Order: sequence, then C-alpha cells, then structure tokens
Amino acid sequence: MGLIEGIFEPGLIVTSVDWVLNWSRQRSIFPMTFGIACCAIEMMAAGAARFDLDRFGAGAFRATPRQADLMIVAGTVTCKMAERLRRLWEQMAEPRFVIAMGACAISGGPYHLHAYHVVKGVDQIVPVDVYIPGCPPRPEALIEGLLRLQDKISTRTIAKQAQG
Amino acid sequence: MNSTEIIQLLQQQQGPALAAAVADGLHPHVVVPADRLMAVATVLRTDWRLRFDLLRCISAIDWPAKNTIELSYDLLATARGHSFAVKVLLDRANPRVESLRGIWPAAEWHEREAFDLMGVTFLHHPDLRRILLPEDWVGHPLRKDYQYPTEYQGLQLNP
Ligand code: SF4
Repeated sequence: MGLIEGIFEPGLIVTSVDWVLNWSRQRSIFPMTFGIACCAIEMMAAGAARFDLDRFGAGAFRATPRQADLMIVAGTVTCKMAERLRRLWEQMAEPRFVIAMGACAISGGPYHLHAYHVVKGVDQIVPVDVYIPGCPPRPEALIEGLLRLQDKISTRTIAKQAQG
Repeated sequence: MNSTEIIQLLQQQQGPALAAAVADGLHPHVVVPADRLMAVATVLRTDWRLRFDLLRCISAIDWPAKNTIELSYDLLATARGHSFAVKVLLDRANPRVESLRGIWPAAEWHEREAFDLMGVTFLHHPDLRRILLPEDWVGHPLRKDYQYPTEYQGLQLNP
C-alpha cells in the first residue's frame, strides 16, 4: 500500500488520477534481477531479444531491490534462501508485486516430497500476486503472467476502500 | 604409472599402513587406517613418481549395517595422467579424521561439505562450518537414518 492510497474520497478527479497512475505503473514494471534456479533461464530468455519483455515495459531488470517493483521468484527456494528472499522483498519500495514462477516457487514442485531443504511454496514467505505454473513455464507463460499482473494493477485506486 | 605400480610403490614406502588394496576394476584404491591417512597422502602428493596434484573429490558414504562411514579421496596427477583413490573407514558414531587441507587446498570445501551433510569431523581444519545448509540446521541430512524435519523457522516443510 503506497503513501497516498486509501485517503481520498472517490470522485472524478480521483478516478482520473487513478487512471494515470495505473497506466504508468502497468507499463513500467521494473523486475528485480533475481533468479534462483532453472526457471531463471526462461526468465532471461523472456527478457532477451526473441521474446523481449520490453514490449510490455518490463524489460528493465534492476540490480537492486530499491529500484524494482516486481520480484519474479524464478526457481527453487531453499530454507537458506528464504530469509534472504524475505529481506530482499522488504527492501523493495511499495507498491511491490511478486510473481511465483514455476512449480518450485508455487509449491516446491519436484521437491514437494522427499526434500528436507526446500520451502514448499514461496507464499509462506512473501505475498504472491500471480502464480505461473510449469516446470519451467515457457517465456510466453511468463508474459501472460505479466499481463495478468497488469490487469491486477489496473484495479488499484487511491480512493478510500469500503471497510470490510 | 598404472594402479598396480602405484600400489607397489605405496607398499614399499608405507608398508603396513595399507589395510587393503584394489588394483583392478573401475575404482582402484587403497584403504588406510585413519591415523595413517596424512602420511599416505603426503607420499601421494610429494613422491616424484606419483605427484598427485589434484584432489578431485571427497566422497563420504554411510554404511549403517557396517557401522562405518567411508571417505573416498579421488586423486588425479595432471602431469603424469594417472589417477587413484584413497579410502578411510571411520566409526559411524564418532567419525573423525585429520584434515588434508595442508596438502590439497581444495580439500577445505570438500571437507566442509562432508561435515555438513555427513557429520564427519576433520581435525585441524581451519574453518569447519556448514557450507550448504543454514548455520542453525539440526542433523546431517545424507545420513541414512536422518529424520526429515517438519518445520524450519516456522516454515512448513512436510505438508
Ligand atoms: S519449476 Fe522446474 S524449471 Fe522451475 S526451478 Fe523448479 S525444477 Fe527448475
């Protein structure tokens, strides 16, 4: 939740500001340079020339969490990594989004049973916005997940929400 | 040198130190008692005919039925082109052996791995910490009787 969110009464001006904010946020999602296993190879492919994430404004992989809006958890999260992953997420500026890419990040995937060292789902550590299944998901699937994330961003508003 | 010649040379130099020797098959090796490992390793590293300058790997194998942990040091002589292995058998309840860090620097991380996953203690190792698992992990996971944890720092591991 950003600083200015949830403090204004709904109205024409607020919805117009919403539209501008969401439009710009949707089209400039900067992902963090963060890949932890084989899924990251597909993420790199998605960022490279053939699939070109830049067409959707998400090709500027930032080398620091402080400049990033999106964390693509691309790979197997081990117990040792869990603490570091949480810390990276905490360093990101709000609003921040998380995509769980691949079976490992969703549920442990191939390591769901018989693995003592793998976190069974990254949603135990950070809140996840979009899940992309596959082992690994193809770059098209990552792009689809990104578009769903853009849909999700388009519903954000700075107006007060009904309590409930 | 082939394996038979290597074993002969070791027997000349270290005689009674060798508990067993296997010259043929896929994995020619000698078995030495733990307290003689350092001496045998020094010969393998420094003798001008052997010159094993590369420690490829340290494998630790758990044998619960024999109550043994076996360490296998695989060596390669890059200039001579021959390879060989040394094994030690350790007590499973309290596996301790001298570190070979001083002879092959590569041993440092291999020994940390064997310590981390198998619980072998290497005496006089400069930095014997866990290398793969978190520092506060309990147990040594590649032991055959290892009990899988259900939880680590609040994370559910066995759903
Ligand atoms: S989901 Fe499959 S491809 Fe992705 S990190 Fe896990 S094992 Fe690798």
